[in-house]
Amino acid sequence: MKYITEYRNKQRVEKLLDAIHAEATGSYHLMEVCGSHTHAIRRHGLQSLLPDQIRLLSGPGCPVCVSDQSYIDKIIALAGYKDMIIATFGDLLRVPGTEKSLQVCREEGADIRVVYSPMQALDLAKQYPGRQVIFPAIGFETTAPSSAVTLRQAKSANQNNFSLLSAHKLMPPAMQAVINEGVRLNGYICPGHVSTITGSGIYHVFPEKYNVATVIAGFEPTDILQAVLMLVRQINNRNFKTEIQYIRAVRPEGNPKAKAIMNDVFVRADDSWRGFGNLPNSGLQPGPEYAGWDAGLKFTIPTPQKTENGKCICGEILQGKKQPESCTLFASLCTPQNPVGACMVSAEGSCQAHYKYRNYETQN
Amino acid sequence: MKHKIELGHGSGGLMTRELINEVFTKILDNRWLKAEGDSAVFKSEKEHIAFTTDSYVITPMFFPGGDLGKLAVCGTVNDLAVAGARPVYLTAGFILEEGLSLDVLQKIVKSMKKEADKAGVNVVAGDTKVVKKGQADGMYINTSGVGFVDNKFSGLAEGKLICKGDVILVNGSLGDHEAAIINARESLFETSPLISDCASLNGMVGSLLEQCSSVRFMRDITRGGLAGILQEIADMTNQGVEIREEWLPFSDPVTAFCETLGYEPLHFANEGKCILVVSPEEAGKALALMQAHEHGRNAARIGEITAEHPGGIVMETSVGGKRIIEPPVAEKVPRIC
Repeated sequence: MKYITEYRNKQRVEKLLDAIHAEATGSYHLMEVCGSHTHAIRRHGLQSLLPDQIRLLSGPGCPVCVSDQSYIDKIIALAGYKDMIIATFGDLLRVPGTEKSLQVCREEGADIRVVYSPMQALDLAKQYPGRQVIFPAIGFETTAPSSAVTLRQAKSANQNNFSLLSAHKLMPPAMQAVINEGVRLNGYICPGHVSTITGSGIYHVFPEKYNVATVIAGFEPTDILQAVLMLVRQINNRNFKTEIQYIRAVRPEGNPKAKAIMNDVFVRADDSWRGFGNLPNSGLQPGPEYAGWDAGLKFTIPTPQKTENGKCICGEILQGKKQPESCTLFASLCTPQNPVGACMVSAEGSCQAHYKYRNYETQN
Repeated sequence: MKHKIELGHGSGGLMTRELINEVFTKILDNRWLKAEGDSAVFKSEKEHIAFTTDSYVITPMFFPGGDLGKLAVCGTVNDLAVAGARPVYLTAGFILEEGLSLDVLQKIVKSMKKEADKAGVNVVAGDTKVVKKGQADGMYINTSGVGFVDNKFSGLAEGKLICKGDVILVNGSLGDHEAAIINARESLFETSPLISDCASLNGMVGSLLEQCSSVRFMRDITRGGLAGILQEIADMTNQGVEIREEWLPFSDPVTAFCETLGYEPLHFANEGKCILVVSPEEAGKALALMQAHEHGRNAARIGEITAEHPGGIVMETSVGGKRIIEPPVAEKVPRIC
């Protein structure tokens, strides 16, 4: 199939692996900060093909995982309101809040529906004019433009029974926070999807200020391996810069139209991250013109009392400080069937990825 | 005859009779139904009997490649066939929602009849209940089925015959049914050629069993997808399963659908696909037999049973990596981005 088979070509993969094995003479700690990269690396079994001195770490790239538990609690509180429809991405359903998940709420009778896009949520609002529809908007710069477009349309159509509870987050503050936390790191595999919107400029600070190699990568095996090779070369030559491997999708300037819409609708705000706490100017909230469609302003939401499981180390895993296997709950009390932390819930979460892969590694 | 289902159609009175006579007996037409007994009485053969039941609830009721009626027949026929049985009799229980159009009901029952004829089975008993509007989604069907099993195949359903080194085959592309259903239900890609594989497999399975003496196990690959069935095999045998990604048959539309939305096609349900575990000596013959059949054209060898990693499924990825395959955990959801 076009755009897939050529990027999963075994001969090309072997050629890249030969070069990596030949050139990787040092020690490389490379962090990916996109859930789709985590997923692709595990899905294709790429870590098992790389030399031991290259360690791939998963950072704060899964939109579900980085959303603070209080965010889930807020949606759960809203779901209990009369005549309310929560129209959410499916990934959020099973994330545990303080007391329960949205899935449990749905079983208890709340009207919670899975949608594939914010636009579908807006359609629901049109379909049920007598009810309120809230879209929990999560994700990074990749998904924020589609939320922005939806808000614009809701406003121009005067669709007053639609609103959005934003937990949209920005990538660079989290990448900066990982470095501030002192995580041992000499390369970033930068998120391809985010970069199609933002362009490459947002990463310059990492090579320039911190000597961290940065390569924007695509999501197929040859993309990721080529990016790893580019990172190895930057690190070997101590020639730190921002390179684009994913040239078929990412331009240095990004997508100006999407950026303009995002900047028009959203304003930057401090935001709370699982694992990092409050990070200044790291989130996006609807601007003053869109206050009427901001569920956070439209509804009174009780401030939830946070009581996360004290033993869950999702936070440190998201910071890249610890691996899932070092958590006492991992694979015993916390499994994909009964997740304790968000990183075990999402297919993009590193705990779930490690869980799926665990047997093979322990048996070999 | 009214044009919509009313609560009275489930009353057991005249309206019920009329519905039974005008729709079910008339369309499904056979001597057991016409006898109007509380049970169908049929002659046993000197063999084992396979008996199964399944309920069918699907939205949308009509989808590319099939409908609720066709599904209700081939689903139960396939459950019998993969147990080594020759399916012969089905029962059908209908839960109808008040207000259902009679036209729709007739279409569904006609589709059942067509598929039953194709599979060589008769629907010999039935039941109808009508529930109030809003208490069901149009129509649900339960079918139970009886089939006869040759004594020599009576252990087939339990998986006890599976040995290390046995070869795993499937009869064609995977994931088509569920991809087609999600696509139709969510109105995602209007022009997509996705089509359900919904089909009765008893013909193909029957000829395989007749001509191959070392078929160890069969299972239809429905809910839970290939990953779910392989996990069952690994669990029941305490052996390992190894598959190769490049050998897995997926159609381009299913691959495109799953890549676009972030679904795992190994978790997708099928309604016309089965897995066959066979001795290595007969694998080639079994594969050729499948490929000669209309429901096995794209049959493929996908892997084998191994003594390594007992209880686990390992896939060699198309780029040569290794990964553990897990069965689906809960409701399938697309990924965010």
